[in-house]
Amino acid sequence: MTEIPREEYILKCTSACAGCGDSLSLRYVLKAAGPDTVLVVPACCTSVIQGIYPNTAFNVPVYNVAFAAAAACASGMSAALRAAGKKTNVIAYAGDGGTVDIGIQALSGAFERGADFLYICYDNEAYGNTGMQRSGATPLGARTTTTPAGKMQPKKDLDAIVAAHRPPYMATACPAYPKDLFQKVKKALSYRGPTFIHILSPCPPGWRFSTEKTVEMGKLAVRTGMWILYEREQGKVTINGPSKAAMVKPLPVGEYIRAQGRFKGISAETVARMVDDAAALARRLQKEEEGIC
Amino acid sequence: MLTVATGNKAVAAAVKEAAPAVVAAYPITPQTEIVEQIAEYVSSGELKSQYIPVESEHSAMAACIGASVTGARTFTATSSHGLHYMHEMVNWAAGARLPIVMANVNRALGPGWNIWAEHTDAFQERDSGWLQVYVGSVQEAFDAVLMAFCIAEDERVLLPVMVNLDGFLLSHTMQPLEIEKAGDFIPPLHLPHAIDPQNPCGYGTLTGPDDYFRLRWDIERSMRDAVDVIRGTQERFARRFGRKYGMVDEYRCDDAEVVIVAAGTLGREAEVAVDLLRDEGTRAGSMRIRWFRPFPRLDLSGRDVVVIDRDYSFGFGGVLAKSIAATEGARPFSVIAGLGGQEVTYEDIAGFVRNRQPGRELWFGVNGDV
Repeated sequence: MTEIPREEYILKCTSACAGCGDSLSLRYVLKAAGPDTVLVVPACCTSVIQGIYPNTAFNVPVYNVAFAAAAACASGMSAALRAAGKKTNVIAYAGDGGTVDIGIQALSGAFERGADFLYICYDNEAYGNTGMQRSGATPLGARTTTTPAGKMQPKKDLDAIVAAHRPPYMATACPAYPKDLFQKVKKALSYRGPTFIHILSPCPPGWRFSTEKTVEMGKLAVRTGMWILYEREQGKVTINGPSKAAMVKPLPVGEYIRAQGRFKGISAETVARMVDDAAALARRLQKEEEGIC
Repeated sequence: MLTVATGNKAVAAAVKEAAPAVVAAYPITPQTEIVEQIAEYVSSGELKSQYIPVESEHSAMAACIGASVTGARTFTATSSHGLHYMHEMVNWAAGARLPIVMANVNRALGPGWNIWAEHTDAFQERDSGWLQVYVGSVQEAFDAVLMAFCIAEDERVLLPVMVNLDGFLLSHTMQPLEIEKAGDFIPPLHLPHAIDPQNPCGYGTLTGPDDYFRLRWDIERSMRDAVDVIRGTQERFARRFGRKYGMVDEYRCDDAEVVIVAAGTLGREAEVAVDLLRDEGTRAGSMRIRWFRPFPRLDLSGRDVVVIDRDYSFGFGGVLAKSIAATEGARPFSVIAGLGGQEVTYEDIAGFVRNRQPGRELWFGVNGDV
């Protein structure tokens, strides 16, 4: 395995919350991408944690753009850079709201056109930048400021939507597994054409857990089977080690649910439905991996 | 090369001469022919551009923004609802100081669905920081697009430019067109703030009130400097290609006692009305507003003024009439005419002049006086 470089592209003194899962993701994404990289960032937590003009805590160029515009902007940037003979990595780096909700049209359009860039959705399962309102990526039963009694609908299946565009490479990841994330970014950037990584990004203030437990929460998500680490390379599914292990011997889902204030008061029926949904996704991916469907 | 072409074809031909690195666009009536023609040029290899057939106008402008900030020349075209769908990014392009050139084929806004000429679509973008020019002929559409790249990309400006042409009246009307070889008329683009991984910067980072305010002032300063750049570019164009343009196109104004002010094709129709009125013994003249942003100064002192607006700002008035009242202290007779493609002839315009009532507003064909 390639050594993770020592170079840091996320400098000290970002304005991220303590224990921010997104900051951890960014750190490894940029270590993998290296200095010849441009981030295209729509409105999201990452637009805030860079710091305030004229300063920036990011050591690669960052193009901040309007909420719905990340994928379209990145596709235009990539077209211009490639026309000029430049190989600079273009990474659209967007939250779940900017991806599954307001930005999904631009994402779908750019992927259908085969634009040459990597789209990363870091998913903290709510509108974090505005103080935790529900998004289409908020899981069933989670309390947000706009779902005070818990969300009534399941999480939107973003990966199925992206997979329908048949990108050459797509993957899920979590900063609790930094080497896995690092390798996936490397692999995604080795492809031409739109590639995609969906990162589950534990969020202490939003999910209501203590700030030192970010990595633990990411691991719990994977070990309970609530988040599955896998890749879809040229259409072929590979379930990654930690999730393979979780499929054989999962931790009780209650360990993940009870550790987070956002699931406080969730009914046993809702938890059962979440477990069923996660199991159904696991079965579907296992079948795909085995080539059954 | 002298030919005959529609306004849309003229725009596309000028884009071919300007050779933008990236064109991102989405079709909409009556602009569609522009993007079809550009796609054809790219497909045949006559134009070496990256043509991005985006899924919406919002994405068209977003893709142009992403391309432009690398230092690439960019172009898009739209109309009416398309312009308004991209409104957020229209503002972004100007705030980001990107010299994007866009053709907007002026068309009414729904409901009801209406595909014909009106200026309200682009006038609503008046505060965005875009320069706006309105053309009156197919030849002028070609010439204005060539000059738009020079003006937008000038380091004293670095703001986007919108070239407006009336839906159908110009977009689909065949007129003679001299297609010029642009050659070195448009200098190479050097964007001083182009993205450079060797010099990583944050673009559009969270910005506090003091810096934000300063950056807004910088847009206005460039908008003011743009007047000289426009004049200089139009003079250079006249020397090179022989056609003269001003901020405003004046017709028989020298001794005029009454001046008709209008934009786009109505401004050309007004010239015919001027001839008719002069034959009748009225010393009439006309001023066709070409540049709407930056807004020009007009010499109206001591003259009656009849302003024809193919637009309206509800609860306020005709945009041109109110602008001229504000900037020149004039009391124009404000005529609202041509909305949604309503036919307005030179005889109608002569009638407005004969029956002018300074300070009042007429909705032509709808209401005698509001």
